[in-house]
Amino acid sequence: MKRFTGLLVSLAAVVVLAVIPLITHKDSSMQSMFTILLGIALASSLNILLGYTGYVSFGHIVYFGIGGYVGFYTMAQLGQSLWIALLAGAAAAAVFSFLLGSAILRLRGAYFALATIGVNEAMKALVSNFDPFGGPIGMTLKVSFYKDYGGFSNIGWMSYRLLIVVTLAVVITSYLVKKSKFGLGLMAIREDEDAAEVMGVRAPSAKTWAYVLSAVFPALVGVLFFFKNSNIEPGDAFRLQLSIEMIVMVMLGGLGTVIGPILGAGAYQALRSTLLTVDKVKDVQLAVAGVLLLLIILFIPTGAIGWVRRRFPRLRRVLE
Amino acid sequence: MILDVREVTKQFGGLTAVDRVSFSLEGGEILGLIGPNGAGKTTLFNCINGVYSPTKGSVVFKGKDITGKHTYDIARLGLARTHQIVRPLNELTVRENVVAGACYGKDGLSLRDAAKVADDVMETVRLSERADVLASSLNVAQKKRLEMARALAAKPEMLLLDEVLAGLNTTEVSGMLDTIRHIREGGVTIIMIEHIMHAIMNLSDRIIVLNYGEMIADGSPEVVSQDEQVIEAYLGNPELAEQILEEGRA
Repeated sequence: MKRFTGLLVSLAAVVVLAVIPLITHKDSSMQSMFTILLGIALASSLNILLGYTGYVSFGHIVYFGIGGYVGFYTMAQLGQSLWIALLAGAAAAAVFSFLLGSAILRLRGAYFALATIGVNEAMKALVSNFDPFGGPIGMTLKVSFYKDYGGFSNIGWMSYRLLIVVTLAVVITSYLVKKSKFGLGLMAIREDEDAAEVMGVRAPSAKTWAYVLSAVFPALVGVLFFFKNSNIEPGDAFRLQLSIEMIVMVMLGGLGTVIGPILGAGAYQALRSTLLTVDKVKDVQLAVAGVLLLLIILFIPTGAIGWVRRRFPRLRRVLE
Repeated sequence: MILDVREVTKQFGGLTAVDRVSFSLEGGEILGLIGPNGAGKTTLFNCINGVYSPTKGSVVFKGKDITGKHTYDIARLGLARTHQIVRPLNELTVRENVVAGACYGKDGLSLRDAAKVADDVMETVRLSERADVLASSLNVAQKKRLEMARALAAKPEMLLLDEVLAGLNTTEVSGMLDTIRHIREGGVTIIMIEHIMHAIMNLSDRIIVLNYGEMIADGSPEVVSQDEQVIEAYLGNPELAEQILEEGRA
């Protein structure tokens, strides 16, 4: 039991947040918690690449978009169920990230980061011109499609419950990776890739699998998000700013820790929704995200959890 | 014969860093590799363990041609090394560093088995007390020992040591020499690059000397230290060479 304290604390953090709407039964509470869980799932996935492996992906949202689009196409055009759509979205992201990862993970540092931005923008342009996906207009799910899922009014709550499951799965995966031999190899790569290879870590394949793993969950989240949304278009699916916000969430909470992205995403999304209600200033949350990122990198590069772990070594076992 | 280096050449653009170097090595030997700065010693290491792919020539380890293979594949065959400039995995603990060495080494151990090996190895290099601190917080001598521990944890059959004595004080040097002898008793073949003459003359069964990438001598410490070319290129003063040998015996 003691071995899993770190995991249990992280899962508890997610569960405590997730049950609030289930108790209050308020739509508004569910909607805002949906955004928070979405942030947690995306940030925790990104953390496997960014935090454990040390590769900064600025365009990670591309997998949210790919999953969303492929899933949506499966439902809207092929008439398949949500379950098939989830599988298809995840599979598409896995295959694409494997091929892309094998190619661009040869780049290091800033070059890799730039390549990932390019990939997201290229994908957005491609989808905008891809007729089967509805081009720039995108696709819409008919109300009748939702009959099998308890009707249109139930979709929000159903998607929310599924998102809880996906989020918990991401957190468990993140913990298992961190505690595994594979994870140790990733962290060796993060610290010194050349030294890791000399030690026998097969860096190219380890990095690729980390990348695939960090791509699959955002794809599942994408399928759920657009299923709930009943509409998908390129601008929503490949939103670069959400990509940057994911990085802020991971950095805020603590790079390379399991619980860090959970707290970081929770705090950031709560802050963001407060800022969204500010009148007159549009998109002020982006300016805040930028300043936040700057302050974190300058003053607490290891994030809140990293700072706490350093100051209070005893808490290390609890805060993985 | 555990290692056979045949006519290995490494060129960087117009510069020939290693020039047709050939030698072979029996299991259990300690081979000293000496020469002036820039002679190509570290480059030769890099050619042997796959960090660089040689421009020409071949490297055969345990009967297998490993020329141009990935460094991680060569590591898993049982060839470990330390770096001249230490490369600790800073944000990981000392134990995690050594466990990583063990589980990605020759035997590819599970984390659980690797932890046991790591404990033993940290004992051998006297790092047990520092096991749970971050590698970044070690001092230079400890970081050198960590390099050694990580390489040893891989349970290598052959170990390339790149100036593990540099920057250590006298006590630390003798501690490290004990460790190296201990490793050799375990049956590990060692090639070591070193500038501390009395140490390398004393420890090595055989010495090869590089100068401008070329091998200018290959033989026992006694023979090499009398060699005129070696004296001219590296040792400088013949009496000094004698004196070093004397010190080594003492």
